[in-house]
Amino acid sequence: MSEQTLFKVTVDNITIEVPAGTTILQAARQIGGAVAPPAMCYYSKLEGSGGKCRTCLVEVSKGSEKDPRPMPKLVASCRTTVMDGMEVKNITSEKVIDARAGIVEFLLLNHPLDCPICDQAGECHLQDLSFEHGKSSTRYEFQRRTFKKHDIGKHIQLHMTRCILCYRCIFVADQLTNKRTHGILDRGDHAEIATHIEKSLDNEFIGNVIDVCPVGALTDKTFRFKNRVWFLKPMDAHRDCPTCSGRVTLWNRGDEVFRVTARKDEWGEIEDTPEGKPGWICNTCRFDKKHTHDWVIEGPREISRHSVIAQGHYAGNIGTTLPTETFKAVNHGRAPHLLMDIHNESEVNLPSVHLSAIEGPSHGTTFNNNSNKA
Amino acid sequence: MGVKLLLEKANVPGIRTYDVYRREGGYVTAEKALKEMTMEAIVEEVKKSGLRGRGGAGFPAGMKWSFIAKPEGVPRHLVCNADESEPGTFKDRYLMEFLPHLLIEGLLISSYALGSNDTYIYIRGEYAWVASILEEAIIEATKNGFLGKNILGTGFDCMIHVHRGAGAYICGEETALIESLEGKRGNPRIKPPFPAIQGVWMRPTVVNNVETLAAIVPIIKMGGEAYAKIGVGRSTGTKLISACGNINKPGVYEIDMTISVEDFIYSDEYCGGIANGKKLKACIPGGSSVPILPANLLLKTAKGETRYMNYESLSDGGFATGSMMGSGGFIVLDEDQCIVKHTLTLARFYRHESCGQCSPCREGTGWMEKIIQKIELGKGEISDIDLLWDIQRKIEGNTICPLGDAAAWPVAAAIRHFRDEFEWHIQNRALSQTSNFGLQHYADPIHVPA
Repeated sequence: MSEQTLFKVTVDNITIEVPAGTTILQAARQIGGAVAPPAMCYYSKLEGSGGKCRTCLVEVSKGSEKDPRPMPKLVASCRTTVMDGMEVKNITSEKVIDARAGIVEFLLLNHPLDCPICDQAGECHLQDLSFEHGKSSTRYEFQRRTFKKHDIGKHIQLHMTRCILCYRCIFVADQLTNKRTHGILDRGDHAEIATHIEKSLDNEFIGNVIDVCPVGALTDKTFRFKNRVWFLKPMDAHRDCPTCSGRVTLWNRGDEVFRVTARKDEWGEIEDTPEGKPGWICNTCRFDKKHTHDWVIEGPREISRHSVIAQGHYAGNIGTTLPTETFKAVNHGRAPHLLMDIHNESEVNLPSVHLSAIEGPSHGTTFNNNSNKA
Repeated sequence: MGVKLLLEKANVPGIRTYDVYRREGGYVTAEKALKEMTMEAIVEEVKKSGLRGRGGAGFPAGMKWSFIAKPEGVPRHLVCNADESEPGTFKDRYLMEFLPHLLIEGLLISSYALGSNDTYIYIRGEYAWVASILEEAIIEATKNGFLGKNILGTGFDCMIHVHRGAGAYICGEETALIESLEGKRGNPRIKPPFPAIQGVWMRPTVVNNVETLAAIVPIIKMGGEAYAKIGVGRSTGTKLISACGNINKPGVYEIDMTISVEDFIYSDEYCGGIANGKKLKACIPGGSSVPILPANLLLKTAKGETRYMNYESLSDGGFATGSMMGSGGFIVLDEDQCIVKHTLTLARFYRHESCGQCSPCREGTGWMEKIIQKIELGKGEISDIDLLWDIQRKIEGNTICPLGDAAAWPVAAAIRHFRDEFEWHIQNRALSQTSNFGLQHYADPIHVPA
């Protein structure tokens, strides 16, 4: 192993050392939690992706140790590499929060919000993004844009109205398949994903566009309207596939396999195989192997307990991560950020106060009196 | 009378042909540069001249040239940005149409200075006839030994290729231009890397405006220091201004940047005053992307000083009370023009030309157009003005390329300076469809000579 230059970078007052060439987003993801900026178009497994959706904008308050000037504009953290001594503000910057709220509004402007009938609901990045950073109402009062429907083959369903033009599916076709048959037609707000002219996407690996699509624009036709993802049990499984790694997640109900996807990590991206390559799966695994006897089941897939997919399941039954860890373990060793010390405000939870010793109804003054005596 | 460096010979009959251009002293500078000067010396002269990019941003050209990476064995390229699509700007067309050999001479000198053996002119698709003129001029120059292999026996090879665009405003942005030149969809690239490191086909590239490259000829001819003496402050040399709108004499004018805006509009040498004896209401001094200014702020700065036609003076006061030199598209609006309608036209243009790559520009430009259209049609609400302001604020600075800023600035400036006109439009719905807000307090404050 050659010596790597390590750069010190501070994101939201948390310092971390990362190798040179890491992007701000990747550094923030190593810290984890709310510090990691959301990303709709960036996909670490796809070369050249990112920079387009602008949700990952951050403020660089100090350029580097050598050149401490702040960057004049907010920068796309997914495409900006860190410098030694860089200081980045994400959730601690008013400017970023304001800009991000604007981006969410722009992304939702022409989005149909047909979540109740959308197969992506429950694992949709745009849902997560608007829940975390958006507003509950819209200021847009015009008709939303619609598109002519295109059939792009027997496996993949295209809903252009839901598309946010992240270009991820274009990169998948460029980097995983021999020939890209779909692309962006037109420009501006009438730009659309389409084939020219009316071709179908049929490549052995083209099914991966479903996994990379952050919204419900590209969905699995074999799973269409079959079930909601949160009613299904995700199970890790594998098979000996001649074309791909064969490592998948089965989405079962009882013994019935409803759909097959690649395994996704906590950022919604494809997990690496043990050999260190991205675990893309082939169309045969995804669309044709829909019986449990096709697969060797490894066990329930771990789903973050915050995800809606984990709802409605008994803990342990599908591998829901239980909140048994201490706070520090959850936070990867960091002490929790105390926004306000409750003891400064009230003494209600001081250990010295015995609730049973209080006669009659207790008030705030009861506790203050107690502590004063002590 | 101003100094004329670029358009000095524009009226000579037949200057478009090589023979006449050569007889009038053309290509002498190229001979001098290639035979007597080193590459570094030319870059040094351009740096000394203080020439600023004439495409709109005004970045010093010599500085841009010195940034170009020079890795061993990798070809470098010079690209001439002739994708002049900014509404109100037509100076490059004039230059290429009437003085094609001036551009080619400038390109030859610049190619030599940058070591570019294949130089490209990316010309706007709509300028089809200009492209033919350039191609003819290139053939003539090649026949006479000023292009091709071993130019003038110096061992330097240079070929100029004319590439026609397909009608997209966004391809005037340098990285989108590079993508389009490579044959791809004209989407701006995400920077860094900058074109000076990785441009056309991932090779170091310099992209310059037509006027910038043409100005290289007088700079080398007279020397950088002499060129820097023309003009004022950091605005050196001469600038082509394409004046249009409600003026008596629309056209392309060469100014030396010491002239005041007032003189430029009212003197007979230039615009010749407002057409039909009307009064000046507002003006966009540098092409549609730059903020519009009402007459009182156009002629005098906020501090009450006279405003001059140069980079510093036009941007005096920032965006609050100033504007920008931009690409020199001088659009004059008289008292009959409606600012709301005018802003709608610009908003529609930017919505149509957004590439659709990044979300604020793709969605925001369309939203702004719809709101302004609603106001223009007499269906607006007062709250729409604040909404517009908020939208433009969220687009500006958050996009990949400057098109987002260019779309946001005109709307911002229209609201900043003409908010009362927007309000009048909303409050007088029926009236606003037939008549106009008029001049009000931003009217022409100066006495117009009879």
